[in-house]
Amino acid sequence: MTRIVLLLCLLVLTAPAFADDLDARAKNINQKLRCLVCQNESIDTSQADLAADLRQVVRERLEAGDSDEAVITYIHDRYGDFVLMRPPVKPATLLLWAGPAFIFLGGGFLLWRFHKKSQTQKKKPLTGAERALLRKILKEERR
Amino acid sequence: MVRKIPYLIPLFVLVVLVWGMAYALLSGIDPAHVSSARLDKPVPEFTLPVFEARDAVLTTQDFKTTQGPVLVNFFASWCLPCKAEHAQLLKLAEKGVRIYGIAYKDDPEKLKTWLVKNPYFRTGLDASGRVAIDWGVSRVPETFVIDSEGIIRHQHSGPVLERDVETVILPLLREAGQ
Repeated sequence: MTRIVLLLCLLVLTAPAFADDLDARAKNINQKLRCLVCQNESIDTSQADLAADLRQVVRERLEAGDSDEAVITYIHDRYGDFVLMRPPVKPATLLLWAGPAFIFLGGGFLLWRFHKKSQTQKKKPLTGAERALLRKILKEERR
Repeated sequence: MVRKIPYLIPLFVLVVLVWGMAYALLSGIDPAHVSSARLDKPVPEFTLPVFEARDAVLTTQDFKTTQGPVLVNFFASWCLPCKAEHAQLLKLAEKGVRIYGIAYKDDPEKLKTWLVKNPYFRTGLDASGRVAIDWGVSRVPETFVIDSEGIIRHQHSGPVLERDVETVILPLLREAGQ
């Protein structure tokens, strides 16, 4: 009997995954849209009037039955790529997306070359003239 | 000389960055401006009540029947830069430019004082601000140039200043008229 009750409890706990929770979907979408006034915030957290208006628009579109993608497209149709928190990957934004990896690899390559160069330099033994010079310098040091 | 090239890369990067930043700072470009995504598209579907006449409306259709390019100016009586551009809009209207106003989240009572001198052919009342969103407007004032077929051709963000009249607005109107 207790097992059945436990099983039912667990099933009830999974309900949020099945419910068509408009609030959760709205919050998820709001976090993906940039506030155009406070441009480093999403409309989820921004206090700006326009952000509140856009949150309401998102809400209305969801209640009208739009899918998450359709809602985002609706806003994107009006404000363009900048309103998306994650800029789309296309030729114009390729530098933005590939840039850091590029710099990382480029810098890593330069470091590797520098390391290799210092390695080969270490392996050369001193020539006779260099050894004599070294002895002279050390002798002077000792005085 | 060739071996020196890797050492010149940081200098090259510095020069490029300084040039880019100097250009951005000196050209007067507003980095916070977000362009409407409605450019080169038809005026969005909308219907708004009109300030000048109790039962009239301003709709998308009005923009398909104009004889030439027109301006649409989003403004508000609570917006300070809008006050600055009001005089310039009056000047444009005197030159014969047809300007439609859209009052963003405004109070018709306050508009009575604001529009004592009215540069607008018609003023739509966008009380909820929803029509502004449909136009891709993110702040006021913003002015759009619409051609005679009802296509949004240009967006001028921020107030229309004295120098903008001759250097920006009139040339854009001419271009849209072709």
